[in-house]
Amino acid sequence: MEKTLVSIRFGQRGGFWNVSLSLNRGLKDRLTGHMTSVLTLGAALLVPLMGLALFLRARPILAISPVKELLLSTTWHPLEGAFGFYPFIVGTLWVTTVAMIIAVPPSLLTAVYLSEYAPSRVRALAKPLIDLLAGIPSVVYGVWGMLTVVPFVEKAVAPTLNRWLGFIPLFRADNPTGYGVLAGGLVLAVMVFPIIIAVAEEVIRAAPQGLREASLALGATRWQTVKHVVLRQTMPGVTAAVVLGFSRAFGETMAVLMVVGNVPRVPRSIFDPAYPLTALIANNYGEMLSIPSYDAALLGAALILLLVVLAFNTASRLVLVRLVRNESE
Amino acid sequence: MLETHIRIQDLNVWYGSHQALKGITADIPARGITAIIGPSGCGKSTLLKSLNRLLEEMDEVRMTGQILLNGEDIYRPDVDVTEVRTRIGLLAPKPFPLPMSIYENVAYGPRIHNRRNGGHMAPLVERHLLEAGLWEEVRDRLQAPASRLSTGQKQRLCLARALAVEPEVLLCDEPTSALDPISAQRIEAQLRDLKARMTIVVVTHLLRQAHRLADHVIFLWLGELVESGPAAQVFNAPSDERTRAYLAGDIG
Amino acid sequence: MNRRKAEEALFKTLMVGATMFVLGSLVLILGTVIWRGLPALNLAMLTQTPKGGYYLGKEGGILNAIVGSLYLAGGATGLALAMSLPIALYLQIYAARSRAAELARLALDVLWGVPSIVYGAFGFIIMLWLGIRASLMGGIIALALLELPIMTRGMEEAIAMVPFALKEASYALGATRLETALKVVVRQAMPGLLTAVLLAFGRGIGDAASVLFTAGYTDRLPDSLFSPAASLPLAVFFQLGTPFPAVQERAYAAALVLTVIVLALSLISRRLAGRLTEHVIR
Repeated sequence: MEKTLVSIRFGQRGGFWNVSLSLNRGLKDRLTGHMTSVLTLGAALLVPLMGLALFLRARPILAISPVKELLLSTTWHPLEGAFGFYPFIVGTLWVTTVAMIIAVPPSLLTAVYLSEYAPSRVRALAKPLIDLLAGIPSVVYGVWGMLTVVPFVEKAVAPTLNRWLGFIPLFRADNPTGYGVLAGGLVLAVMVFPIIIAVAEEVIRAAPQGLREASLALGATRWQTVKHVVLRQTMPGVTAAVVLGFSRAFGETMAVLMVVGNVPRVPRSIFDPAYPLTALIANNYGEMLSIPSYDAALLGAALILLLVVLAFNTASRLVLVRLVRNESE
Repeated sequence: MLETHIRIQDLNVWYGSHQALKGITADIPARGITAIIGPSGCGKSTLLKSLNRLLEEMDEVRMTGQILLNGEDIYRPDVDVTEVRTRIGLLAPKPFPLPMSIYENVAYGPRIHNRRNGGHMAPLVERHLLEAGLWEEVRDRLQAPASRLSTGQKQRLCLARALAVEPEVLLCDEPTSALDPISAQRIEAQLRDLKARMTIVVVTHLLRQAHRLADHVIFLWLGELVESGPAAQVFNAPSDERTRAYLAGDIG
Repeated sequence: MNRRKAEEALFKTLMVGATMFVLGSLVLILGTVIWRGLPALNLAMLTQTPKGGYYLGKEGGILNAIVGSLYLAGGATGLALAMSLPIALYLQIYAARSRAAELARLALDVLWGVPSIVYGAFGFIIMLWLGIRASLMGGIIALALLELPIMTRGMEEAIAMVPFALKEASYALGATRLETALKVVVRQAMPGLLTAVLLAFGRGIGDAASVLFTAGYTDRLPDSLFSPAASLPLAVFFQLGTPFPAVQERAYAAALVLTVIVLALSLISRRLAGRLTEHVIR
């Protein structure tokens, strides 16, 4: 069937067959093969190349103080040559953790709903909208964060939680501005929704229908089937989806920078300001070349980001690749 | 007159605009094995899946008609679908062990129905593995993942899993089509052992399997019921020309 | 029995609620941007450059950012296209199903996840190495690298959808792999390829962190590849940070323009994918 169609097509586009049948054709073909393979190799080596370039530029900082001190010192005085990344690393971890705590439950519930419960019409409507969420630029998230999330935290969340749970240091609101870990976490959470949902939904929906039917046929409810069978079967993929979301949140810059307060101190409560690594780089690139070793320090921060994200991404991608391979068998 | 266990009344099923079953009316007698035969694509599996309401899990399916289990319509709005599926078990063509251990696979049904069996799950698991003819092969590795079993063992595990819910009807959809001949033989033997105490419905496109197993036969042709009755009657003295042609191997 | 039912109902409610929460956040974001951006938008905003400095001057618009962004994303998309199409063809036609292709795919997926600020830092190092300053060129290089994995994987998926029988038919007629790729596969996969290009363009035009280091920012329209260029995301970022409401207006306007561009691209590519499939054999 397809073949007939094709030959008709070729007939109409007769020009194709006027290509002169010289030896050049094979040569051209092989040359293109070599060229494209070199390009592909280049693209594949881009990540190691980035790592190497950042490492070489960051190396001078290692001459100033040992790695352990860089990672664990809380002193950040670039002018005096003191570069302690600790507050920034901890700031990143705070914001990312809060974001994941907020993002994971609704994302997974949505993914399960869209893959297992939603009628196909609802799914056809919801999925493009969720993709749209993924396409919104991060500065726009930042604008939304400043205009909506920060005032919401300042006027509603902080006073309420402080009143009822203020005796727990985690919820004490000493910072009245709204700019802080929670605002950053909320904005990041919304940013990672579409990533976790898209990957998790795909993974869950790929679970074999026969498996669902096996459980349903035993009289299990749909939710029992999801909980005991489908999610158990797809756990590696769902975990990979969450890890992908985590690494996205970990490396996000602009939106966080705009709402997180940017005070280089270790936060004690979710209302305290924080200063993530990404914000550190973005805020200070201007002075990078005017203070000795500052460029090495900031590019070192970029290297830390790259290495962490690389580890998480590679792990989750490997899991997902293996899943796809198993399914196609 | 045989006691009727399931009565199918004027059953029509559409997938989108394609009508898969056309006005099926048939009785499935209590106990014994009823075989649904016919060429592939004639609606055998559709009919089977309508009996435990698994059909409605698919998109764009529409149906009319009634299916009565012991005289009660299983499609009535106030009927709990999980209850129906608890009473009518299924053995699928391809074994799908649940992603858990051999033991947990068998215990899954009783657990989701909150039948703790007085805290004695182990004897129950053993009994049903015995019934499915798998016990001797797995008694030493009950905690191993079910996915490590061979295909034939998996299918017997699925049988044990279905029996553990203690259904009154067992539906088998081409239960041996994924198996080697020896494993297939074992499944058939287990089904013959079980038919004394439960109603078994087997969909098969293998005429010889139908000959070996069936006490009653339903013959479908392009979504229509052509003939049904006791196996001896349908096989030896078919009343319809199409049945005769199919049995002779001329069509289908 | 009842507990099972209650649990089912509870979780179904939670799921519907979560889905509405997720979709609601989209509405909230778009609503905020429109609510603040629309009043700030007028013809002068779109056709003038800022007067008296983007950070301080209260007069003028965001033309510098609009033009700068189009140049940046356009140039980057062109550059990325020149790399992506050959790579995608190599992965699907020349090296299909090889171990090397699988590794390259993994590398591209990992590259996709690299934070854009790291692309910015890497682009900055390249610029130092090449001896160029923050400029249109620097921004284009950083954005092109950022777009590369997005476009390549998108194109690869589009090419993978081309039925094997079609390629086979072309080979059977004596065509080489190159001829098959260019005359059959690319034509057949065209809607998907265009979608990948638009997707990458949308990602490029919206990205701020990578151009922060590399493209600079200016009130003027760029007049050469080596002069600094403004961009919409940075117009939002810088002008929102000023104490002057008049300047902040420009940030809101830029945010709205950026959002509209990104949404339009998304809609067009969706429509395109549907439209162009007419000429495609399935």
